[in-house]
Amino acid sequence: MVARRLSPNQPDSFAFSPENESWAREEMAKFPEGRQASAVIALLWRAQEQEGWLSKPAIDYVAAMLEMPEIRVLEVATFYTMFNLAPVGEHFVQLCGTTPCMLRGAEDLKEICRERIGAPGEVSRDGKFSWMEVECLGACCNAPMVQIGKDYFEDLTPESFTKLLDDLAAGKPVKPGSQTGRVSSEPEGGLTTFNEGAE
Amino acid sequence: MLEDKDRIFTNLYGHHDWRLEAARKRGAWDGTRALLELGHEGVVDGVKESGLRGRGGAGFPTGLKWSFMPKEIGERPHYLVVNADESEPGTCKDREIMRNDPHIFLEGCLVAAFGMRAHTVYIYIRGEYIRERERLQAAIDEAYEAKLIGKNNVHEWDCDIYIAHGAGAYICGEETALLESLEGKKGQPRLKPPFPANVGLYGCPTTVNNVESIAVAPAILRRGPSWFASLGRPNNTGTKLFCISGHVERPCNVEEEMGIPFRELIERHAGGVRGGWENLLAVIPGGSSVPCLPASTCADLPMDFDTLQSHKSGLGTAAVIVMDKSTDIIRAIARLSYFYKHESCGQCTPCREGTGWMWRVLERMARGESSYAEIDKLLDVSKEIEGHTICALGDAAAWPVQGLIRHFRHVIEDRIDNYARPGAAAAE
Repeated sequence: MVARRLSPNQPDSFAFSPENESWAREEMAKFPEGRQASAVIALLWRAQEQEGWLSKPAIDYVAAMLEMPEIRVLEVATFYTMFNLAPVGEHFVQLCGTTPCMLRGAEDLKEICRERIGAPGEVSRDGKFSWMEVECLGACCNAPMVQIGKDYFEDLTPESFTKLLDDLAAGKPVKPGSQTGRVSSEPEGGLTTFNEGAE
Repeated sequence: MLEDKDRIFTNLYGHHDWRLEAARKRGAWDGTRALLELGHEGVVDGVKESGLRGRGGAGFPTGLKWSFMPKEIGERPHYLVVNADESEPGTCKDREIMRNDPHIFLEGCLVAAFGMRAHTVYIYIRGEYIRERERLQAAIDEAYEAKLIGKNNVHEWDCDIYIAHGAGAYICGEETALLESLEGKKGQPRLKPPFPANVGLYGCPTTVNNVESIAVAPAILRRGPSWFASLGRPNNTGTKLFCISGHVERPCNVEEEMGIPFRELIERHAGGVRGGWENLLAVIPGGSSVPCLPASTCADLPMDFDTLQSHKSGLGTAAVIVMDKSTDIIRAIARLSYFYKHESCGQCTPCREGTGWMWRVLERMARGESSYAEIDKLLDVSKEIEGHTICALGDAAAWPVQGLIRHFRHVIEDRIDNYARPGAAAAE
């Protein structure tokens, strides 16, 4: 378990943008009448996407929309670790530290985060970065890897990870996926299946 | 060794187009109507005859699970829920199915839903797989557009497929925790019985299956259960996606025949152990929850459910984590203990308290700050957790620790000896 608390600094209010409001209504319609609570994770997630983090007013707003007691939504927000209960950097680096990534060098990447960004959970002074170590992100054949925003960056080395952070800091475009040029999780350097007729 | 003609996943790596038109050329949605003409029972029996065992880790016979659903739709609707909450450390196969071959998976959803008389399918995908979710939704939209699914579709079995998602909780891969989460609650497992086939989502008959189990169903029915059953070994049939990670030359996912010997698997597809076979220390053969095996037992080991179980390990999700001799095995397992501590839902005391306790002890043991007696205490505590919790997370946390002590006790003892030697700690 992880103890997760709301930030002491909260905004006064929250409201979905009109687009997100109608998106949320569609999401609720996926579930049978009376079961709208099923949409709670999706709606909280959309609130987080809109604001960058999940505030208490946003939690209450979603509770009202789904006609759920606030405490039930608060439980969900604190149980699921992808909900950021305090602001994060513009580029939020989630670094996988579980054993398959650890075996392939995740600890070196953690050092780089500490040097470049600071302590886990703290937003860098320019507001551009924050980072934390997370549990297995399910890309183990492309370890070590990080998730930044919606994208995975895989097959990292200290050099390629440093360059990635440099490029993000400089506002340069970056390429998600494998940083060594693999398409996905095929063996590097040549296929071992469906390779007839290949060179 | 599996031949290409027997491989089900023809676009595992995304070298080809994932979209409907291209997927159809590769054989997806081909004669699906004929599969449904087998009838509900025919579909279930076909999967039963194939010997398919669930691909999500537990290895329960899929057809048998399907047969637990009521034979008539009563007052409560039936649901198929697909577990796409792939989170077992080492496992990254369902991701490739969903982003690179989504249509064979969606066809499987329809066929399985028909077999179990369900008109609604929810695919619960882990929250971190955002791009995969977008891809899968795009494939679902294509399938609706082409009237392959939905109301009044060309297959004449109404079937709505919806995606729901998590937000970072390993426990939601446990089927009843997944159902809780899908109902909008914390993902805390339910007591069983009642089983989901009787009381599942919203209290209705529900079956929860792994993505890979569902995705292979159409191929099994199309090519015949006996084709699938002819691959692999008795009671361990068919093909399987293996995720090979850790200290191999070329980590990869690959579809192979069940029962392929370990050494052949990694040398054929993953370039072998980094630094050569002799450099192998240990293997976790089925995802983080199964006990590790030392190098000496591994070479000819058939990778299947029954063999690995007889070696006090397991095939699990077939996530093969390879560790070479540079690995600090105590730290590698301690990191897994941290994972379970982090992911315990907190509901049962033995797991909530025990996972943290085991992790803290292992962290000390990794430094050597321990005693021989404490190794026995750790083993004892792990057995107090195992089997004493609502779900299997307690077991999953205990087994890697037990595997470590079973096979690498001498490493822990050496570390303790070394720490106790005057001046040794300072020299390290």
